[in-house]
Amino acid sequence: MTVEITINGVKAKAEKGESLLEVIRKYGFDVPSLCHHHAVEPCGSCRVCLVSVTDNGRTKLAASCNYKVREGLDITTDSEEIRRNRAMVLELMLAESNAPAIQKLAAEYGVTSSRFETEESKALAAERDGCILCGLCVRVCEEVVEVAALNFKGRGDKRDVGTPYQETPQNCIACGACAYVCPTDCIGFVEENGVRKLKKWNRELPILKDDAGRPVGPQFQLFYFTQKAGLPADFYKKGGGPAR
Amino acid sequence: MMARINSAKELQAYRDEVVKKVKAAGKKEVAVCCGTGCQAYGAKDVVAAFQEEIKKQGLGDKVEIKPTGCHGFCERGTLVLMHPEKQLYQRVQPEAVAEIVEKTIKNGEIIEEHLYDNPTTGEKHKLESEIPFYANQKRLILSNNGEIDPTSIDDYIAHGGYLGLAKSIEMGAEKTIEEVKAAKLRGRGGGGFPAGIKWEMAAKQEADQKYIICNADEGDPGAFMDRSILEGNPLAVIEGMTIAALATGADTAYVYVRYEYPLAIERLNIALGQAREMGFLGENILGSGKNFDVKINKGGGAFVCGEETALIRSIEGRTGIPKPKPPFPAESGVFGKPTNINNVETYANVPGILREGAKWFTSMGTENSSGTKIFSLVGKVNNTGLVEVEMGMKLRDIVFDIGGGVPNGRKFKAVQTGGPSGGCLPESKLDLKVDFDSLTSEGSMMGSGGMIVMDDQTCMVDVCKYFLGFLKFESCGNCTTCREGLRRLHELVSQICDGKGDENTIPLIEELCETVQKGSLCALGTTGVNPVLSTLKYFRDEYEAHIKDKKCPAGVCKELITYEVTDACTGCLVCKKRCPENCISGEKKQKHVIDTDKCIKCGICMDACKFDAIRIY
Repeated sequence: MTVEITINGVKAKAEKGESLLEVIRKYGFDVPSLCHHHAVEPCGSCRVCLVSVTDNGRTKLAASCNYKVREGLDITTDSEEIRRNRAMVLELMLAESNAPAIQKLAAEYGVTSSRFETEESKALAAERDGCILCGLCVRVCEEVVEVAALNFKGRGDKRDVGTPYQETPQNCIACGACAYVCPTDCIGFVEENGVRKLKKWNRELPILKDDAGRPVGPQFQLFYFTQKAGLPADFYKKGGGPAR
Repeated sequence: MMARINSAKELQAYRDEVVKKVKAAGKKEVAVCCGTGCQAYGAKDVVAAFQEEIKKQGLGDKVEIKPTGCHGFCERGTLVLMHPEKQLYQRVQPEAVAEIVEKTIKNGEIIEEHLYDNPTTGEKHKLESEIPFYANQKRLILSNNGEIDPTSIDDYIAHGGYLGLAKSIEMGAEKTIEEVKAAKLRGRGGGGFPAGIKWEMAAKQEADQKYIICNADEGDPGAFMDRSILEGNPLAVIEGMTIAALATGADTAYVYVRYEYPLAIERLNIALGQAREMGFLGENILGSGKNFDVKINKGGGAFVCGEETALIRSIEGRTGIPKPKPPFPAESGVFGKPTNINNVETYANVPGILREGAKWFTSMGTENSSGTKIFSLVGKVNNTGLVEVEMGMKLRDIVFDIGGGVPNGRKFKAVQTGGPSGGCLPESKLDLKVDFDSLTSEGSMMGSGGMIVMDDQTCMVDVCKYFLGFLKFESCGNCTTCREGLRRLHELVSQICDGKGDENTIPLIEELCETVQKGSLCALGTTGVNPVLSTLKYFRDEYEAHIKDKKCPAGVCKELITYEVTDACTGCLVCKKRCPENCISGEKKQKHVIDTDKCIKCGICMDACKFDAIRIY
């Protein structure tokens, strides 16, 4: 069902239930976000996509990524209040993450250092390699790759992302989708000496070469693909797949 | 085998029969409170002693010992209430039972030492209704706790049970919802959303399957309202849920109850079994042609699962993380189906509303908050317990008339309402009327009904630190604002407690509070700043004393206090012997000295001193 909403005074059309953030961007307005990717369910974790929403006569700030569009919403994407609160979110993030991407976005909001930084917070940031617990890796692994090798553990300030029992996930196919969507580049995806590594998950898989001697991909990953797509077991070995 | 009841007429006939039987037996009922609190005092032994004594004295056909749910006056357990006069004996031990049976039950003679002695007036009260703790309450729901055997559906029916359901079936779904709307019943779990409007929304949805959920995930520290209802009168909740189900078109319900409530779960299971056997659950309930049954879902103890969308995810077998609303559970709830979710106390109010009518219900309470509310009154208050009061009662009346004021002659300082994300209200707000809107307007909230009284030995900054510590641990951790925001708020407030705050700390706290409040998804984050904002609003001078003077006026924050021996010291050596750090020196009959460098501020010396010669400064 198509509904009509207003974004910064501009009338916009959208499908009911669509992600508000995506509609805003479709109409050319800029709203930052770190935990959103169109391929997966939004989860509203990072909170930098805060916008002002007037719904049914009530105005409040809300994360736009997981706000489902409804008829009559009136949206403001930029104001002093919005910038102030986004800046505070980024300052909080800056204390838990040393990732360049976070520093860059924070600087755009005038935040170059965090008043919340302590020795402890620095140690935690170093331990996490800049991860902001946005959960994109978890969602892409479950929803797109359908492997679900990753998940969150703990809650509150003890929340963390990882693999079951903190052990090497045996079902991880090292496809690298997690590294691809990660906004802080903290997974550590490398290929060297015929091995693909995902450092954060401690997963290493040897890369298969086809009959012509060309590297194709991790053996286990190709096995997963052939199974899933019902291809012959030697499909990739025989040079199948996209032209290389 | 119990009889199956197939219609309102059969219910009435069955009820008459039960009442007649009870009357004919003419037994004197002795209700022994077996709530969790009284059980901790040894209530089960008291029951056993009574049963043995009754047998011994051959009174089996004259007296019935009834183990019941919580009577509320936990401070004075084990409570023994003797019907029909309603004489109350308090702090009853098994050893006292023989005498009680001999003198009071057999001969109607009162034993003075078991009576409640009013600490303010020195008076002894014979009857429950004379005790100020009970006299000032309005016990719509809780009164049944002292009357009903929670394991007997006959007892429930004899006390008017299931008449509400019968009435609702007669009225039909639409009129039932109208009645609940007219009663202005608001959600007792904390949100205060009108239950009737929720029901209407769920009823309007078209779906092949709808659900009812009862939220019994009571997570506030110190709160036990819902537990006591489930333990003492589980069928009232089940009847309320059944009425809601038939009105909204749901046929399945979940009770989401804490794993830590084994007795509540046991009693629920017994009640569900009996209700099924008698046809109050299952197919074609009371000839309505409608089916309904209840499942129990035990929660793992995450505070955030009291939030309805997180609770729904937890029932679905996923991690309890809240979702944005809309869509509301009434539109898309558990397994994506329309779901009506209310709290235990809300459902427990429903049978009465149907039975007695909306007008009766709105005759109690205030314009926008009708009926009563149950609070767990705890902390620095004489009469700790569970209290049910009419909405609109003043805080002062609850704390002082019902609660009996602050013990040990200390001064009242604050009352915290609404659980960990509620607020602390000072003495100047004691005349505030307790209802949903007044509390919110003053920076606190009704919450699910926790009420913690604090005296002048409580440090409000320390209290704030405690609640923030609870909340940062119980946040689901999804929103950055809540996870990191509460973590940093806790750090900043801890800094103040440690004497490390400076002139920038409070402004930073206030700045951060705005973002945590406005930027978080669910109520845990948006109201999680209440402990900070309310203490800053009403006790700012205390924060400033910590920051500017590096002093904790209440003498709580260890980094900011020093223990000192005064001239009242007689040199008795007791503190010296007890000190775990061996940092007290001094000879016999000479004033002792504390080595403040070595002192760990444990306070053992102060507790040990019989001469009040150790002070904090």
